[in-house]
Amino acid sequence: MLIKMIPEIGHYALIVALLMACVQAVLPLAGAATRRPLWMAYARPMAAGQLAFLLIAYGCLTASYMLDDFSVVNVANNANSLLPWYYKFSAVWGNHEGSVLLWSLILGVWTFAVGCFSRGLPPDMVARVLGVMGLVSVGFLAFVLITSNPFERSLPNIPADGADLNPLLQDVGLIIHPPMLYMGYVGFSVVFAFAIAALLGGRLDSAWTRWVRPWTNIAWAFLTVGIALGSWWAYYELGWGGWWFWDPVENASLLPWLAGTALIHSLAVTEKRGTFKSWTVLLAITTFSLSLMGTFLVRSGVLTSVHAFANDPSRGLFILVLLGITVGLSLLIFALRAPRVSQPGGFNWVSRDALLLVNNILLVVMTVTVLLGTVYPLLLDALNLGKISVGPPYFNALFVPLTVLLCVFMGLGPSARWKRMAGRELLTRLWIAGLGALVIGVAAPLVYTGQWNLKASLGLVAALWLVLSLVRDLWGKTSRAGSRLGALKRLTPAYWGMVLGHLGLAVTIIGVALVSNYSVERNVRMNVGDRVEVNGIGFHMTALDERRGPNYVSDAATIEVTREGASASFEMHPEKRLYIARGMPMTQVALRPGLFHDLYVAMGEELDDGSWALRVQIKPFVRWLWLGALLMAAGGIIAVADRRYRRRLSVREPEPVVTAREANAS
Amino acid sequence: MRAKRRNKMLLVLGLVALCAVAVGLTLYALRSNINLFFSPVQIAAGEAPVDRQLRAGGMVKEGSVHRDSDSLDVSFVVTDYVDDVEVRYSGILPDLFREGQGVVVVGELTGDGYIAADKVLAKHDENYMPPEVAEALEDAGYSPADYKQAGPGTSQ
Repeated sequence: MLIKMIPEIGHYALIVALLMACVQAVLPLAGAATRRPLWMAYARPMAAGQLAFLLIAYGCLTASYMLDDFSVVNVANNANSLLPWYYKFSAVWGNHEGSVLLWSLILGVWTFAVGCFSRGLPPDMVARVLGVMGLVSVGFLAFVLITSNPFERSLPNIPADGADLNPLLQDVGLIIHPPMLYMGYVGFSVVFAFAIAALLGGRLDSAWTRWVRPWTNIAWAFLTVGIALGSWWAYYELGWGGWWFWDPVENASLLPWLAGTALIHSLAVTEKRGTFKSWTVLLAITTFSLSLMGTFLVRSGVLTSVHAFANDPSRGLFILVLLGITVGLSLLIFALRAPRVSQPGGFNWVSRDALLLVNNILLVVMTVTVLLGTVYPLLLDALNLGKISVGPPYFNALFVPLTVLLCVFMGLGPSARWKRMAGRELLTRLWIAGLGALVIGVAAPLVYTGQWNLKASLGLVAALWLVLSLVRDLWGKTSRAGSRLGALKRLTPAYWGMVLGHLGLAVTIIGVALVSNYSVERNVRMNVGDRVEVNGIGFHMTALDERRGPNYVSDAATIEVTREGASASFEMHPEKRLYIARGMPMTQVALRPGLFHDLYVAMGEELDDGSWALRVQIKPFVRWLWLGALLMAAGGIIAVADRRYRRRLSVREPEPVVTAREANAS
Repeated sequence: MRAKRRNKMLLVLGLVALCAVAVGLTLYALRSNINLFFSPVQIAAGEAPVDRQLRAGGMVKEGSVHRDSDSLDVSFVVTDYVDDVEVRYSGILPDLFREGQGVVVVGELTGDGYIAADKVLAKHDENYMPPEVAEALEDAGYSPADYKQAGPGTSQ
């Protein structure tokens, strides 16, 4: 009896969670405004309760999937009795309703975490932060309950079996990609809540910044991994060998990442120098708004067409209203309260402050260009001004030069001093690194292929400049101490985090530059016994047979690969699958990964004479793309381990950074 | 004080210049990289530009797909049930490419009236109808219900 009621229990738990979120939103905020400790004290228990009920609701939906309860519409549309259990588990978030529920659950987790790790914070700050997160939660849970109820039943006409999960989503990458991405998206809600709380409370000191920085870093690290996983998945699952398509769905995740990166750097200035305060707050609001937009663009069906609104107008409208309220309200609060928290402070043109300012401007410009390219076609379509698509050339034409420019300043930043320094000093520190990067970067393509290539060189110079200037900085930082090793050990985790983050970007840039310029792709006809040679690597088709999987049948080829000069060979097994429940074909790529190149074989289509069209590719340095992203994420996490974030945080005045002369000047 | 003011002036000028460059580049990049969509009717009426990248779409006409026997060259006809346009492509067609289904192709219209496609797109969902195609079909006088009934198997 109880098992049959699982969806209803889940639905009920969801409603309770919504009510708790309402209390968590209203009482603590009101309490903080009227200074009532009792009201403020509601925040933490409500956050815990909300998480508990969200877990119940989420568990119930998962149970419905596991038990093949096809009377639940959501399960019937996205699962099948033949689906392996782990895909049933991940199918929960492989659809609109379930993924919004996962979003809410992760928000609950973050809220609870904030509640747990905020013992050292002033109570009114905690109340405001949790209150704002409660408000976000109210919006989302209402969205789930009103427009996207995952527990809806299709009684009494229960389908005999489910429509199955989209075969593209039946994959390990897709099991972990959405939760990672959402951890990132939702994690930015913490920074957002802190920003709004600071505005409401009218207090933004360096303690506040030390508070926010770890949360931002962790959210950013998750988002980085999430994006990398998405790119990796697209690479091996879509069968084209592309790793970034400038697809609106991808852009939606890149936007908060760019803004979040700017935020991390702006926070550094705010902490060290007490300046850039309103800018930091504005970036926090922007980042979270872009996260919201990303979630909705991807999940609401707006992207396949603006007209998807027409299919379910209530859903689209709800989205727009929610986004409008969030952005509008927070900008209003910002406009009213920002003057209170801002603090003037001067700096010279050659200083880390100035370089970070340039970094921020560049990142914001990048965000805007991507946003424009993503939203412009949607707007035109919505206004009936024609159907256009903005292709990768647009993004590449803008994004590549901006990234190179960003790298130039990124190399200078770590070696520059705060506030002011002589330009000549910076030059003497870094000219060797610059020259080295230029020489190696220009020469490397010549050595690699015997032919010069401007784009590859540009990427290599930028990446090497980052690496060498970091090495120079490490050298300088360890030169004064007795032993270099001892000095290395004394460097703070925050510094190592920065080093890893920047190195990660360099690694990614090397990957992008090489894989974009030196990939080899050959489309060939092949039958059993045929042999092709691509770049000295021989591909020999030895067999072609049919196989059966749990929920699909497939044509599988066996390809024997021999490298030039090597006697040993290995086999690759590309497949073309047909998923039975949906009757949907799928390409299963055969990959031979390597640090310096991947071999990539995908089956295209069967031709008239029984032979197959095959896509054979060699992808140099493609792994570096994702390796770099992992390094960046690791950098973000390591920086959190810095001791100053673990110090018991007492409320104190910001460091006196404004000298009398500067105060006069401004 | 004067140096300070000059610095501020420089800052403002620098920002303005940077913004101008950014906006200029963006508009230029947008202008040269926008692909407009055309339906077969529009192409037949000569509305589509020749030798410039565009997107076109409709249903793949039944029985129109021809593969070259030696290479990977393929040709097919895209129709909106009023007019047809021939598409030539070399390479591997997407998994969901089928006769009687909606496709979008990206390529150039040649002087000889066929489209030399660089890309053929069929969405990763067997029920998906590219919205441009759906609208083009509606403009050609077919309601969505019609082409659902007239789906794979029946030729118009």
